[in-house]
Amino acid sequence: MSNLIQGKTGEWEIVIGLEVHAQVIAKSKLFSGSATTFGSDANTQVSLVDAAMPGMLPVINEYCIEQAVRTGLGLGAKINLTSVFERKNYFYADLPQGYQISQQEIPIVGEGEIEIELPDGTSRNIGIERLHMEQDAGKSIHDKHPTRSYIDLNRSGNCLMEIVSKPDMRSADEAMAYVAKLRAIVRALETCDGNMDEGSMRCDVNVSVRKIGDELGTRREVKNVNSIRSVGQAVDYEARDQIRMIEAGEKVTQQTMLFNADDSTTRPMRSKEDAHDYRYFPDPDLLPLVISQQYVDAINENLPELPDAKKHRFMQEYGMKLYDASIIAGDKPRAEYFERVAKGRDPKLSVTWVTTELMGALNKLALSIDKSPVSSEQLGELIDLISDNTISGRIAKDVFAEMLDTGKSASNIVEEKGLKQVTDTGALETLVDEVIAENPDVVANYQSGKDKLFGFFVGQVMKKTQGKANPAIVNELLKKKIG
Amino acid sequence: MSIDKETVAKIAKLARIKVEDNELEKLSVELSETMSWIEQLSEVDTDGVEPLTSVVDMDLYKRADEVTDGGIRDKIVANSPESAEGFFVVNKIVE
Repeated sequence: MSNLIQGKTGEWEIVIGLEVHAQVIAKSKLFSGSATTFGSDANTQVSLVDAAMPGMLPVINEYCIEQAVRTGLGLGAKINLTSVFERKNYFYADLPQGYQISQQEIPIVGEGEIEIELPDGTSRNIGIERLHMEQDAGKSIHDKHPTRSYIDLNRSGNCLMEIVSKPDMRSADEAMAYVAKLRAIVRALETCDGNMDEGSMRCDVNVSVRKIGDELGTRREVKNVNSIRSVGQAVDYEARDQIRMIEAGEKVTQQTMLFNADDSTTRPMRSKEDAHDYRYFPDPDLLPLVISQQYVDAINENLPELPDAKKHRFMQEYGMKLYDASIIAGDKPRAEYFERVAKGRDPKLSVTWVTTELMGALNKLALSIDKSPVSSEQLGELIDLISDNTISGRIAKDVFAEMLDTGKSASNIVEEKGLKQVTDTGALETLVDEVIAENPDVVANYQSGKDKLFGFFVGQVMKKTQGKANPAIVNELLKKKIG
Repeated sequence: MSIDKETVAKIAKLARIKVEDNELEKLSVELSETMSWIEQLSEVDTDGVEPLTSVVDMDLYKRADEVTDGGIRDKIVANSPESAEGFFVVNKIVE
């Protein structure tokens, strides 16, 4: 049980539940026909509905319903054929309606479960409590004026899915792995772009602590956690702070906290607790949402392959290790890149070149795979050159480095630099003879039983060919000559 | 059902309606009367009756996912007491 935290009064267990807001990929908003594009000029994507002008009525976007159902199916969750939109009432400057249309009593998606992978190579299941659809609020900008806030309603009315987990997580690592898996799933389903920088995915982190076997402790909810790293930091800070409070004889009160990414701490929000008296009631402008089982089945039949299924397939089909498979399968562009490279090529070479060489290089350059200077076609060509013995694996690494730098194709580089592997047995034999003649002492040592010296001869031949000798032929020739 | 003065004060606050202390008593009586009038409904036996969500027999109307609206920024901010650069401008929201 490495997840326990040692306090002054014994060991503590952390209990974490997450609420993730994921913006649905759709051209238009949940209840209006305005666009959802990110980064447009202020208030240019706002209709009279989004601005809550008197008399405006919401009309639901059918594609958002489909997206929510698809996501629910991807989470292995129960789909509720009837769900109800309700008004969640509160006042805020970026919420023109004075209420958010959300789902409370009966959400569109009920309980489900996802599998997460942990850094120690194990995996665990985490329960999903529910998923419901709701409107996003507008955006307040506080840094444009010293005493005024600026409001942009472009985001107002975008469709969000709020995905609520069960309080099943017990460490910062588990919470981070959960968000990473959720993001991989919605990306695979193309229901949310998972872009946390642009706020398409945002997390509220609920944390409490308890002694083993005790009832759940009082939780605090941390808002404004906008990266996977921050999720881990918020959990760590909250757990330490709550244990410190309890051990100092203070009481943890149920509170909403704000995460500060600059110093990885949390602080209480100033707003009063009665702000949370939302007085939900069914929205009289919207009838209950009723869908049929056939509709759900049709969406289910067309689900793409999900990250977990892909992970298991990669392990089976390409002999990948669990770690490599979860890294490659967990990211859609990465998985697609890999499969383009691996198609019709040696699985082992493809896995090594993508997971080790390419991923290593991209990490160093801090680039994502869709920005890779070497395309999948180019990497494939390089692997072909290795497979058909045009170049050796060693030379291939140099060629790859050059490809990263220049963007040139592998065959061009091999041609230009004369890197073709020497497979001419006659020429290699001459070189092998030279090496033997130049090193009589080593030959004697080798033949007296020092088997390891064999590598020395291979190395010498390689040196004479600048690494271009075909190693298999050299090995064979040497074995024949010096036994 | 009786609505006491504290409840009146609380819902007034939640609804952002300014109610003076000397008005609370009167509102408490009025709202309590209204509630007891509504409570007459509980005399009806509704066991086994499906909740009625609409008096018209129709499904929720749905629209296709097309961009058909927006691009009317001037109209949107026209009625705001203050605007700048196309934004609504309000008192600083401190959090």
